[in-house]
Amino acid sequence: MLTCKEFLAELNDFLDEKTKLEIRAKLERHLAECPNCWVVCDTTRKTIKVYKGMSACTVPDDVHSRLMAAVEKKIAAAGKDTTATNKHE
Amino acid sequence: MATESVPLEAPVDDELELVTRARTGDTASFSVLLRRYEGKIFRLAMNITQNREDAEDVLQEAFLKAYEHLDQFQGNSRFYTWIVRIAVNQALMKLRKRRSDRAVSLDEQIDTGEDTVVREIAAWDPDPEERFSREELHEILTGAIDDLAPIYKTVFTLRDVDGLSTEETAEALDLSIPAVKSRLLRARLQLRDKLTRFFKRKGDDAFAYM
Repeated sequence: MLTCKEFLAELNDFLDEKTKLEIRAKLERHLAECPNCWVVCDTTRKTIKVYKGMSACTVPDDVHSRLMAAVEKKIAAAGKDTTATNKHE
Repeated sequence: MATESVPLEAPVDDELELVTRARTGDTASFSVLLRRYEGKIFRLAMNITQNREDAEDVLQEAFLKAYEHLDQFQGNSRFYTWIVRIAVNQALMKLRKRRSDRAVSLDEQIDTGEDTVVREIAAWDPDPEERFSREELHEILTGAIDDLAPIYKTVFTLRDVDGLSTEETAEALDLSIPAVKSRLLRARLQLRDKLTRFFKRKGDDAFAYM
């Protein structure tokens, strides 16, 4: 039987379904016998799930406007460089 | 507020074409990529620099650098995993400038061993988030993440919120795969602990173990 500490060390791979079959069987056996680890496993799974649904953060309007202005300036400058190079060709 | 970034899971088959057009000076194509990922990059920059002004600089520098080096994007990965590396480098350079006396890594303020200890044991409802309004839930989730050390919040956000693989996260942050895994475990357990305060089944008391 695994100890709780050993179970915890494997928790990530278990939740991400990356554990090998024989280890998975041991972890499942531990879960069936240890209510505390069952709770930790269940609530950690729910933690991941609830964050997966978290909407992407929005960029404040002023930050977005300054970013667009900087990018447009960069693209315009790159365009001028290309035109200048072409003229010399 | 400006436009909201689309989820990473949205179709990205168009990215190579967008990049190809952007390379020829098509501003609109680059804008599509920018709108798609600016929110995620800004959040990442905030997570690392902990400072709005620095985060804005990182956001700009990352997109400007990405534009300069568009020819290096081969389309083998998502545009996000490519630009995220640029943004992390820019953010670390910001930190280095701020503390010019020493080298800075994201990993410097951790590993006491204490943070893998599970402190709160209490069962949650099947869908505990449904007890809260969207705004309340957002506040709870961002509040819990904000309390984490920068390395934990960055690893957790890239891996579990943005959906990068462990390998992509390791590459973006210049960490080994075992390092990403151990930081992810700590982040997940710490967040679980913090959320238990809000999500535990009514009437249940939390108790400590381990």
